[in-house]
Amino acid sequence: MAIRLLINLARFAVTYVAATVLVFLFMRAIPGDPAQIALGVNATPELLAQTRAEFGTDRPLVVQYFDWALGLPFGDFGTSYVTRQDISPLVLDRVQVSLILVVLAMIVALLIAIPFGTLAAVKHRSAGGILVSGLSQLGVAVPNFLAGILLVVVFAVGLGWFPANGWTPPGQDFGDFASRVALPVLALASVQGAILTRYVRSAVMEVMSEDYLRTARAKGLGKMEALFKHGLRNASIPVLTVTSVQLAALIIGAVVIERVFVIPGLGSMLLDAVGNRDLLTVQSVVMVLVAITLIINLVVDVLYTILDPRIRKAS
Amino acid sequence: MQRLGETAPSQDPNRGETAEPLLRVESLTVATKDRPLVSQFNLTMARGERIGLIGESGSGKSMTTTALMGLLPEGVSASGSIRLAGHDLDLVDAPDKRLRRIRGNDMTMVFQEPLTALNPLMKVGPQVAEIMLKHKTAASGSAAAARAVELLADVKLPDPAEAAKAYPHQLSGGQRQRVMLAMALANDPALLLCDEPTTALDVTVQRQVLDLILESVQRRGTGLLFITHDLSVVANICDRVLVMHHGEVVEEGSTEDVFSRPQHAYTRGLLAASDLDATDNDGRLFTVASAGGYIPPAPDQVLDEVPATALHLSGEPAGPKADPDTAETALAETALTEAPAAVSPAAASRAVVVTPEHAHDTDAAVIRVRDLVRTYQRQRTSLFGQRTEVQALRGISFDVATGQRFGVVGESGSGKSTLLRILAGLDQPTSGSVRVAGNEVAGAKESELAELRRQLQIVFQDPMGSLNPRMKVQDIVAEPLLAPGQKLDSARQRRLVAEMLGAVGLPADSADRFPHQFSGGQRQRISIARALICQPRVLVADEPVSALDVSVRAQVLNLLSDLVDEYQLTLVFVSHDLGVVRYICDNVVVMNRGQIVESGGTEQIYEAPRHEYTRTLVNSSMSLRAELAAREAAMSG
Repeated sequence: MAIRLLINLARFAVTYVAATVLVFLFMRAIPGDPAQIALGVNATPELLAQTRAEFGTDRPLVVQYFDWALGLPFGDFGTSYVTRQDISPLVLDRVQVSLILVVLAMIVALLIAIPFGTLAAVKHRSAGGILVSGLSQLGVAVPNFLAGILLVVVFAVGLGWFPANGWTPPGQDFGDFASRVALPVLALASVQGAILTRYVRSAVMEVMSEDYLRTARAKGLGKMEALFKHGLRNASIPVLTVTSVQLAALIIGAVVIERVFVIPGLGSMLLDAVGNRDLLTVQSVVMVLVAITLIINLVVDVLYTILDPRIRKAS
Repeated sequence: MQRLGETAPSQDPNRGETAEPLLRVESLTVATKDRPLVSQFNLTMARGERIGLIGESGSGKSMTTTALMGLLPEGVSASGSIRLAGHDLDLVDAPDKRLRRIRGNDMTMVFQEPLTALNPLMKVGPQVAEIMLKHKTAASGSAAAARAVELLADVKLPDPAEAAKAYPHQLSGGQRQRVMLAMALANDPALLLCDEPTTALDVTVQRQVLDLILESVQRRGTGLLFITHDLSVVANICDRVLVMHHGEVVEEGSTEDVFSRPQHAYTRGLLAASDLDATDNDGRLFTVASAGGYIPPAPDQVLDEVPATALHLSGEPAGPKADPDTAETALAETALTEAPAAVSPAAASRAVVVTPEHAHDTDAAVIRVRDLVRTYQRQRTSLFGQRTEVQALRGISFDVATGQRFGVVGESGSGKSTLLRILAGLDQPTSGSVRVAGNEVAGAKESELAELRRQLQIVFQDPMGSLNPRMKVQDIVAEPLLAPGQKLDSARQRRLVAEMLGAVGLPADSADRFPHQFSGGQRQRISIARALICQPRVLVADEPVSALDVSVRAQVLNLLSDLVDEYQLTLVFVSHDLGVVRYICDNVVVMNRGQIVESGGTEQIYEAPRHEYTRTLVNSSMSLRAELAAREAAMSG
């Protein structure tokens, strides 16, 4: 088990380093001199040279790469060419917001998906199961910004229960944070929940037809008892796979919801930076996303090992 | 129908004397909305009685047991009456809540596939303990765990305390089935249902598990309902048999009666088809259709017959006719290449085996395997440690002469599948050389294997899985013709396909249908047609009949045998089933753990095995006649 973890950590490190190289090279491959962009077309050659020296873009590529890449693990992302501000505190702020939003949304989505997906599988021939299946199908088809707008119209504008937008960090005023985060989390979770419900349903259906569930019934366990004691853990493995992929996708996918609810998240930061041709910020945000994705994969792999003894080293 | 009075004497007769039968099933009918699956099933079982339920796939035997357990799938319903001693309710319409108290306690079940029947994420000890905790037959969790270890010891698992901590995937197939049995016997049930419990196991393991089941139920006085398609297994274990066909019991009686004096035509057909020791006047296996001429084994005859065959064959060893080409290897692997082309007199005397005419040609070896080694790297378990190697094949050499029927026998893990894959150019050897019809496989690129593919074709084990369900039979059979270098217009293709379908005994209109519209035997015929359409020299058959029903098995074997003669093929026949290999092959190699432990003429190997492993294998394999003889001997002795 420890060996497997080591191998995974090594894989993590290699992938991470490879990603820094790729991201760096892609960004440099985009035509345009950051100094020229910052100063405009009328800049004098002296000023340009001076600005390049300030940005450090006059140095060899290899030096630039190491300067940037070695700072990353310590949260030092450099200074933006556009805003001339230190990028790090901005990114860290945004990461917090995005992670809170996405992780909460995923938890709510799972709280919806696991019971309803299981119900849809167990009662797949009765009205309740068919209804859940139908609703989840509908949920998958609804884009999350539409869900967001609907929620705003009903609960913020109509009923006035929640503020329509904005963000308060949880440390500052938890009550306000909770009321502001509720609608965006719900908007994200409703769609994710629908998607995951479908996966939970098919995973549970699959498990219900397994021989070991029949064995459990032959031992004298009731249908639900057999499913809970022998089925759900088996079904959790494929669901975990989907959840991890969805979680990584959701961090970027939340950008539209961030726009709808005016939330300062990572996704909107990335969009702004792309719009402003703020290369170094784009580069850094992308690396943060890569790192988060890799960490999710690492955690999921450890979870697999805990859940499934077949993955553990055979003695 | 009920012949309760005739119940064969069980080992502890006291149990059988109880007035109330253990199980009484009356007019049990199981049906879906559209059609009946089992109709009018009647059974009375005394305590401790062992009854076999025989039938082929679709006969309703599994549905019957599922109905007894009250675990019918959704959409299937049962009517009639099922009564179990000690319970004053009819199990057919009892509420699930009451049935749950009976299931696992008074009535338990062992299933066919031991790997999937156990929860992969739970250690086996707790899985055995669970059934006791569920029925409160163990005082506490720790008592149940301790009892589970005892039970695992009872079913003769080595190191039961450690085994209890193992997950199912860490145990072998036979060990898993022992765990299932320990579980089923945990609460000392009055009735044990076994649904093909040894079908998925290796020959040598099958015998051990059967012995264990027999011993366990005899010791405890448990009633046994044993479901199987394999008549020799029933002959080994059961006193009384019921034969099911199309959802109905067509014959019932004591094992001796039914097997030696079958009354119903279907029983006779089934017996004839599963008896690989008997052939008709043309030397072909009996099928259900040709069973009229079949003489069932008479119990008193059988006794004399078995030692007799052993005698008249072992006295005549095959004369080693060293052929110049193999002389040098014969030095290295004496047992191996000894008389590859020689056919034992006994085998030649059987009308089926056609002595290959060109077997003695100087360059007769169509397949030549030398020092074949294949090792697989297992994923490393430590970061800097060495990768562990699995040696699938450890230096194998043999020759197959043109026209020979060459059997490869081995259990799972013996390396026979790896060997087959390499022969077919689907895998590369680690070292050594393989020449098939002049094509060297070792080191060949895919593009260089085209000729090999034309010369060697395979018929696979699973007739469903090996045919693309989205393709019409026409396209499936014609596909080998699309290999590079073959240009045929579609009209000629159609004609060739029609010809092949005719040769394998399928109607011409099969070409426009899809695989799922055929039965298992017909699908295997399609596979054979596909294999033979490009007129290969070598046909490799990988367990071609092990997924088929007994009655179909005989037909497919006869067909293969005919086609090998007709197309002058060299046949390489890979199987775990010694009976089948014995019938169809004239030479055989026995594989164990990646090595050939013995080779030679089929009869010689079967009648006078020299290697320890071959002996175990031959002794473990079951034939109907031998089992009946053993039963007779046990009863008279």
